[in-house]
Amino acid sequence: MDDNLPPPPETVATYGPTTMITETLSSPGIESRHFMIRAFLKWGALAALVGMSLYLILALYAQREFVFAMLFLVLTASAVMVFFNRKLYAHRYIFPAIAGMGLFVIFPLMYTIGIGFTNYSASNLLSFGQVQENLLSRTYQSEAVRYDYELYKTNAGYIVHLKGKHQNLTSAPMELEAGETTAPVLPLSGQPRGEALGIRDIIQLRELLAKVTLITEDGRELSQASLRSFAAIHPQFSQHDNGSLTDNQSGTTYFPDHETGFYRSADGETLSPGWTVNIGWDNYLKVVSDPTIRGPFFQIFVWTLSFAVATVIFTLALGLLLANLLQWDQIRGKGFYRTMLILPYAVPAFISILVFKGLFNQNFGEINLVLEGLFGLRPDWFSDPALARTMILIVNTWLGYPYMMLLCMGLLQAIPKDLYEASAMDGAGPVSNLFNITLPLIIKPLMPLLIASFAFNFNNFVLIALLTGGAPDIIGASTPAGTTDLLVSYTYRIAFQDSGQNFGLAAAIATAIFLVVGALSLVNLKLSKIKV
Amino acid sequence: MAMVQPQSTKYRVLASHLGMLAFIAIVLFPLLMVISISFRSGNFASGSLLPQNPSLEHWYLAFGLPYTGEDGVTTQPPFPVLLWLWNSIKVAVVSSVLILALSTTSAYAFARMRFAGKGAVLKSMLIFQMFPPVLSLVALYALFDQIGNHVSWLGLNTHGAVIVASLGGMALHIWTIKGYFDSIDRSLEEAAIVDGATTWQAFRYILLPLSVPILVVVFILAFIMTIMEYPMASVLLVDTDKLTLAVGAQQYLYEQNYLWGDFAAAAVLSGLPITLIFLYCQKWIVGGLTAGGVKG
Repeated sequence: MDDNLPPPPETVATYGPTTMITETLSSPGIESRHFMIRAFLKWGALAALVGMSLYLILALYAQREFVFAMLFLVLTASAVMVFFNRKLYAHRYIFPAIAGMGLFVIFPLMYTIGIGFTNYSASNLLSFGQVQENLLSRTYQSEAVRYDYELYKTNAGYIVHLKGKHQNLTSAPMELEAGETTAPVLPLSGQPRGEALGIRDIIQLRELLAKVTLITEDGRELSQASLRSFAAIHPQFSQHDNGSLTDNQSGTTYFPDHETGFYRSADGETLSPGWTVNIGWDNYLKVVSDPTIRGPFFQIFVWTLSFAVATVIFTLALGLLLANLLQWDQIRGKGFYRTMLILPYAVPAFISILVFKGLFNQNFGEINLVLEGLFGLRPDWFSDPALARTMILIVNTWLGYPYMMLLCMGLLQAIPKDLYEASAMDGAGPVSNLFNITLPLIIKPLMPLLIASFAFNFNNFVLIALLTGGAPDIIGASTPAGTTDLLVSYTYRIAFQDSGQNFGLAAAIATAIFLVVGALSLVNLKLSKIKV
Repeated sequence: MAMVQPQSTKYRVLASHLGMLAFIAIVLFPLLMVISISFRSGNFASGSLLPQNPSLEHWYLAFGLPYTGEDGVTTQPPFPVLLWLWNSIKVAVVSSVLILALSTTSAYAFARMRFAGKGAVLKSMLIFQMFPPVLSLVALYALFDQIGNHVSWLGLNTHGAVIVASLGGMALHIWTIKGYFDSIDRSLEEAAIVDGATTWQAFRYILLPLSVPILVVVFILAFIMTIMEYPMASVLLVDTDKLTLAVGAQQYLYEQNYLWGDFAAAAVLSGLPITLIFLYCQKWIVGGLTAGGVKG
């Protein structure tokens, strides 16, 4: 122990080398303690994380959410594997990032493709088990067994006094404020104690009374049927061994139909809610065959393509032109121009898009005020399809040209200056320089960036969602579809805006977009010749 | 070039200046207009670029203060803009810190270590980053719905969900940082390892201090990207006091409740800081965007 203690200060001053020795002797002890604490913290954190995810997995499994339970099981198992196996040391560094990507990019992608083959929608939201549970828990109130009642207030609580044809029943005193209340009722001759309440008090208490269940001596349950009566509760459906349900009120029998995901009676009546079933390629067939979906879908598809192509062309043309001007030696004040020109890129897009939405407003927008003052025009930017599309292209060019300009400025710097000097000798003008020198030299490195820009604009959801929301609508479409909708905003509206919330159809269209994007990114990977 | 320039060049330069100034005027028109509108009184007022009788009514409301006009009518702020801005900043700072921490460590492994499947993982990251999350919103919604049933601070309508969901988009940042690490000579780290440092120590005490510039860039990039994120936040967040700015701002311009003037003040108030940050950091951001994302 003594060896490990640092020597007193005087010794340090006198015998320098001793300190060195004691230090080297003492450091292993401190370091190993450090190491132990760190190891303890590390494994403790990992154990806590694993414990938490095991709890989550079990809970999900218990709720029959097998896909999600599986997802977290795979995630936890690979975490444990990576962090316990010394051979996978390098993978520890990349695991969190890969897990994040797997959980929030790849899994949702797969899951979306899966949903595309189901009828998952607002009407078929639950699983079969949940639907069964839901239907079997429904009740109805009997017409035959019905009592008028009076409510009494006593010191111990409220008493419900039921007046039957043969005998009167009285409940034990209840605390209504406690929420769900159950109380037995017993026969009573004569009046209960306490003060009888008028209809006005009963109206005030009706929500609390609705939570009261009274149980008679023979085990029958009664609940409030109206402001003046209590009635017996019966289960709405009873289940048979073959899985069919009979409606106790009407006597109709419903059979589970696993093709459509509904309980169906012999004459075709269905019960809602339905459950989610696999319907194969039906969503895709619907896109191709149903004219109320096919028409809008193809119209939107063509617009999406032309929008993305036009955006790339416009922003590139403008960006390249400006970049050329900014590269020109004769131009002074480049810093000022540059800052001013990239300003649209610096303003958050969600703000500038909304600014344009206001400026283009037909009645109060500043753009129409200017146009009216100059030409006497007041174009209706949001109701006319052609004008709405023009507006979208204008706004998107405004938003997108600075990026292209910055890219081109970077690429132009790489072109050797003597090429231009040589062409100047030959008397070439700026236009022939552009087409004979500049474009051929920058198009190759620019191509992957242009494809990325195309893919980005193909899916430019924020622009459409904030500017037009897809309006004006396409007439005769059975799903929400607008003339300015892109495929992405179209799927978003099918899934989240329509009252039908047709997630299945939306996922099928999303899958089609995945294919387009996937193809584009593969081409891009080839073109950019990435070395890893 | 010290050559004698032909007369025509002079006119061309002049024309370029005029053309660019005209273009800048058009480009800046919307931005200047919004600033001007934020000082006009009323929500439907029109007028010239310089407001004739400027009023601070919209600015009071944007700062969350009730405004009493000359006619004695008091207007309450329509939306909690500052709260939305605070929500946005909170979400963006936490996600950027997480993104920075996780993508730096991964980038280190990708840049310095050899392991099975490295090339494949890097390439597939590039492919998957092109899939926009808006297409799998249904799945993300279902995912957070499920998680939220058991872990309430990660469920729907929580900031936790938005923060965690932003971790899906790390591929771009990993590539950016990896590109920077690749450009740093590895002999220093190797020397440290020879002297007995662990891999982690070589990373923590040698490589990281050398990479501060790129870490700042990635932090700012991630910050701006999360602040501007719209689709996921629009589906995951519901309550008015939970919204981020990107989701909340559009509520000013609903057809039924058109608050153009109030919007203008809120837009300038919330957009200005982000714009200034961007302009201040543009040199590094542009470098990161063009070099990191696709390195050909």
